[in-house]
Amino acid sequence: MKVKSATAKDVPSVIEIKDLKISFGNFEVLKGANLSLFKGENLVVLGKSGTGKSVLIKIIVGLLKADSGLVKVLESDVESLIYKDLLKLRLRIGFSFQNSALYDSMTIRENLEFPLVRNRRELKKQEINAAVEEVLEAVGLSQTINQMPSELSGGQRKRIGIARTLILKPEIMLYDEPTAGLDPITCFEINNLINQVQEQYKTSSIIITHDLTCAKEVGNRVAMLLDGKFEHQGTFDEIFSSTDALIKPFYDYNFIQ
Amino acid sequence: MDEKVTGLKKNNEAPKSFGWFTRMFLTLYEVYLFILRFFKEGFLPPYEGKELIKQCYNIGLKTLPLISVTGFITGVVFTKQSRPSLAEFGATSWLPSLVGIALLRTLAPLLTALISAGKVGSSIGAELGSMRVTEQIDALEVSATNPFKFLVTTRVLATTISMPILTFYTAFIGLLGSLLNVTISENTSYKLFFESALEQITFLDITASTIKAILFGFTISMVGCYQGYNSLKGTEGVGKAANSAVVIGMFLVFIEEVITVQFFGIFRT
Repeated sequence: MKVKSATAKDVPSVIEIKDLKISFGNFEVLKGANLSLFKGENLVVLGKSGTGKSVLIKIIVGLLKADSGLVKVLESDVESLIYKDLLKLRLRIGFSFQNSALYDSMTIRENLEFPLVRNRRELKKQEINAAVEEVLEAVGLSQTINQMPSELSGGQRKRIGIARTLILKPEIMLYDEPTAGLDPITCFEINNLINQVQEQYKTSSIIITHDLTCAKEVGNRVAMLLDGKFEHQGTFDEIFSSTDALIKPFYDYNFIQ
Repeated sequence: MDEKVTGLKKNNEAPKSFGWFTRMFLTLYEVYLFILRFFKEGFLPPYEGKELIKQCYNIGLKTLPLISVTGFITGVVFTKQSRPSLAEFGATSWLPSLVGIALLRTLAPLLTALISAGKVGSSIGAELGSMRVTEQIDALEVSATNPFKFLVTTRVLATTISMPILTFYTAFIGLLGSLLNVTISENTSYKLFFESALEQITFLDITASTIKAILFGFTISMVGCYQGYNSLKGTEGVGKAANSAVVIGMFLVFIEEVITVQFFGIFRT
């Protein structure tokens, strides 16, 4: 079930992006992007491949350095943080990678334990076990606990990737193409999981996708990244009722029931 | 935010428009920063003790079977090939000393380093390269773990610590191979063989071998880590990282061998 949309009027923002610019060589990817993520909302970022959607969330979490602009996450200016403080901030952000990025050499249990063992050294073994079981149950994959990542399907890996980020109980979730390369049924399950995470863990999320079904299912708000800027933001229906020549083809070439 | 602070860069390579000479210097500068970062982060807390022990096991203990076989064969072959030349002068009794000195001064450190460059260097390059490609290094970053400290410093330290141990082990196994050849050819007791073999070995030989082994271990692992950690995206990048780790590692080991032999030669005269 999708949580009610948040608006700028009644809730504070947890991410504030202003005039963000980044280029790779001569290719300018973001050309002054402005975006806000409000507390408790699921914001879907839509755009064609190569428009800088993944770059945007990598800048948010400090994995990439922007050329200019302001990136404020949970009241901290990411660009000016020292490494130690950046690591602290990252503990409050969950990042679900496009290819799950599970550690190949570790079992599912070890993958899930890893962030806790590293960052919550005061926890006892029983507490860690309980946390692992809780997140595995949340993603519905308790039976995979002793398996290796290579033994899981693409959808299961995505779920475990999400579980690994949830174990630190983040305030913000960043999903990079959560439904890419998955069959429609698994996409449906992942969409439900994103909504469930929002409801159960009270997260604010940015979901990067070009899957319109996903956008419609999980997004409280949609932002279209076109030519390096967010020119159109609003609800799914508001965005796609537009007759804008850049937005319309995006909708027309997608199949939505 | 300083790139050196996060350890992440916007682009992995120097622009292609730069000449090869400029690009080479930029790469050397990057290597310098990489090594500098190792010394900065490797010796400051928090320490990655558990991961270091795991890597010592992976790098050191798992290389033992291969080292044992090659060390033993080298001992047998070297003794067999040296015997006719010494026999011409009626000096076969010097054989254990010759083998002992040759093994400890050069053969054992070099052999161990070359085997390690092939086994350890390539595996580090491929492992870190595939971790880079599949975003596992980024995943470490976002889970508030310093990937450089966790992946690079532990592997470099483990290889640097393991290499002297492996080198002396190879020398010992090589001597066993030599002993086998000697006992087959003539009636010599193992006690006499080892006494003769170790008789000519000096403290300088042991010091030089230890320093060489440490240097080789550091070089091999550092090259493997640098290539893997900065691997380009895609499977081709992983292949290149593993290949470069071996080729560059071996090349540098030979260069270092020449330099150290010259250096320690000063103390022998």
